[in-house]
Amino acid sequence: MTALVTLSSLAVGSRAVVREFPRQGVAFLRLREMGLLPGTAVTLVRTAPLGDPIEIKIRGYNLTLRKSEADHVIVEAPP
Amino acid sequence: MSPATKSPVYALVGNPNCGKSTLFNALTGLKQKVGNYPGVTVERKVGTAYTQHGHPLTLIDLPGTYSLAARSPDEAVTRDVLLGRRADTAMPDRIVCVVDATNLERNLYLVHQILDLGRPVILVLNMMDVAEQAGLRIHTSRLEHLLGIPVIACAAASGRGLIELKLALSRNDLPLSRHAWDIPAAIAPAVAELQASLQDQDGKPPLIARAEALLLLTDRDSVRVAGSTPLSARTRDILASWEQRWADAGTDWAAELVNARYDGIGRLTAEIVGADSAPAGPSTSDKIDSWVTHPVWGWLIFGSIMAAMFLSIFTLAGIPMGWIESLVSFVSGHVSSWIPPGDLHDLVIDGAIAGVEGVIIFLPQILILFLFIGLLESTGYMARAAFMMDRLMSRVGLNGRSFIPLLGSYACAIPGIMATRTIEQPKDRLVTILVAPFMSCSARLPVYLLLIAALVPTSEVPVGTKVGIMLLMYALGTFGAFGFAWFFKKTLLRGAPPLMIMELPPYRLPRVRDVALQMLERAGIFVKRAGTVILGLSIVLWFLATYPKSPEGTPQQKALAHSFAGRAGHVIEPVIAPLGFDWRIGIGLINSFAAREVFNSAMSVIFAVEDAGDEEATRLHLRDALRAAERPDGTKLFTPLICLNLMVFYVFAMQCISTIAVVKRETNSWKWPLFQLGYMTGFAWLLCLVVYQVGHALGY
Repeated sequence: MTALVTLSSLAVGSRAVVREFPRQGVAFLRLREMGLLPGTAVTLVRTAPLGDPIEIKIRGYNLTLRKSEADHVIVEAPP
Repeated sequence: MSPATKSPVYALVGNPNCGKSTLFNALTGLKQKVGNYPGVTVERKVGTAYTQHGHPLTLIDLPGTYSLAARSPDEAVTRDVLLGRRADTAMPDRIVCVVDATNLERNLYLVHQILDLGRPVILVLNMMDVAEQAGLRIHTSRLEHLLGIPVIACAAASGRGLIELKLALSRNDLPLSRHAWDIPAAIAPAVAELQASLQDQDGKPPLIARAEALLLLTDRDSVRVAGSTPLSARTRDILASWEQRWADAGTDWAAELVNARYDGIGRLTAEIVGADSAPAGPSTSDKIDSWVTHPVWGWLIFGSIMAAMFLSIFTLAGIPMGWIESLVSFVSGHVSSWIPPGDLHDLVIDGAIAGVEGVIIFLPQILILFLFIGLLESTGYMARAAFMMDRLMSRVGLNGRSFIPLLGSYACAIPGIMATRTIEQPKDRLVTILVAPFMSCSARLPVYLLLIAALVPTSEVPVGTKVGIMLLMYALGTFGAFGFAWFFKKTLLRGAPPLMIMELPPYRLPRVRDVALQMLERAGIFVKRAGTVILGLSIVLWFLATYPKSPEGTPQQKALAHSFAGRAGHVIEPVIAPLGFDWRIGIGLINSFAAREVFNSAMSVIFAVEDAGDEEATRLHLRDALRAAERPDGTKLFTPLICLNLMVFYVFAMQCISTIAVVKRETNSWKWPLFQLGYMTGFAWLLCLVVYQVGHALGY
């Protein structure tokens, strides 16, 4: 069974696929242009030592974004 | 190409971290001109490169960006130059697009947009060596065939592919891309309509009109660009009516366009990237990062690097600064013997030469800070430092990128403020600039040392007290900086919360040449732009402290009191009297604008302290003189409360013309440096008023 969760709640090291991605907002358009969009495979690499931001791997590169943004990205975690 | 033909202008574009600067340096060598785009504080780098046949060509290195939909002033310059919107830079004839071969998909997004511009493009696949090591097999010739433009496999760092690139640059005819992509059906009619209107109503050339139309749909802000002509009413109406239609239908046009581009890129990379391409397991960078961003080791590494950087600026810079001082005194000694004593002599020695010294004395600190920044950026650590610090900085509404400029400001606000260029969002950058001078810089140190010495007699009080007072001053400045940063982000410069969308590029070995070039550039910019203002203001300050002249033989003490600066001390006395300061301290405050440590020498002159030869001994003499100084009613002038209050004033007041000059240069206006002068000094005054009045009432 697969589960839809927010990107920020993924466990460190786990892979998932983006299912829902916010359509509005400057931050989300920039993230989309940097290759984070529905269907993109994403791995949560780590969380910063102070708990925020998070680091993800998409399309072979590492990207950091704050939890406030990652909260709005819904991913499908494999079983 | 015949010699009569004008040499073509190429623009160099690419994502950040794609090795574009290395390629630019490799192609142009030292034939670079670094300036500023008028109206914005974005660096303009233009160089001359030579084709394989020896023909010169002009190469514009445009700021790195992920997309033409600009999010920062730097990115806006790239967009505007490519679209031919800037009056100061002609539209480039051809475009060299640099992509990081290890990260094709995201890099091709910008290429996808650039191909829409309908100009000849050369695609450079940089870092092919790294890509091959990672097991990526990229079929360059297939990509060339699919896009219909020259594609060159390159490794700029080792020079591989440069000859092929230079051969391509010298081609007379570069093919236009035959690359076409399907605009989503719901959006295509709007693009066509906007394109037609942009052509007819806004006078854009056909292909640019299409690119502009596509851009308008992903970047509505692109309409409001400084320096570009506003859209015609007709185009605006078309855009508004489509947006309304889509909003009603639930179509998100911007998202759909981005998705469509990525769909196209996905199909493209599926054809050109070899099957054995998926690198398995964590990369070397990931392994390094598990240490560097570790909750314990990460902080240790971070702390060590920051301490090394700070100590180098603070102590290492002292050595060349000493050389500069001896060189200047050597030169003025010689010049002094050539010019007969008189006004001209004083102007040259005390005005001009001292002013020049006041400029170049900053160079060691600037060079060292930019050496570190260059190393941190080119290795990739800078992004990690921002990643680590972001949470803390976000508390006051800034992001992790503001940390290094603020840290650098503890040594000197000049290089610190110059380092704010790494902050993307203009408002965050401005806030960082506005609060950076609160960090106690090295010029305040001699003032603190003197006043602490005057405040606590060495013999009776444990050393810890002195250190404690010193730390208190540093802490006050730091709290001031973060407090005001928070305040400005809440009020004056309120904006969207700063984003922390940042690539963490793979670790790379630093390139000595690139780092060295950047250091020289910074130093050059400082001398040329800020240097002239500092020199001018120094001469003005010298004039004020020298004229009107006293008759020959007047003691220095009287002569200074007689000068404009001395009179100004009396003039401002009513303002500073509520803080417990008299006109003599006032003279010190005014002279401090040349550099804060000038307070000490001004006090030496006023209280007629002989120079004892070495710094420490002079300070002790001066300390005794300050302790002995009395007010007209016979009470002591430098009571402990006054010493403390004066230190507080030095923590908060903006008293440095060099900083003002650099802020002027970095914000491109007089508005912000004057605002900074006003608010910092005003706050210092208020705080000192409270400290003195409360302290006085309590009987200190």
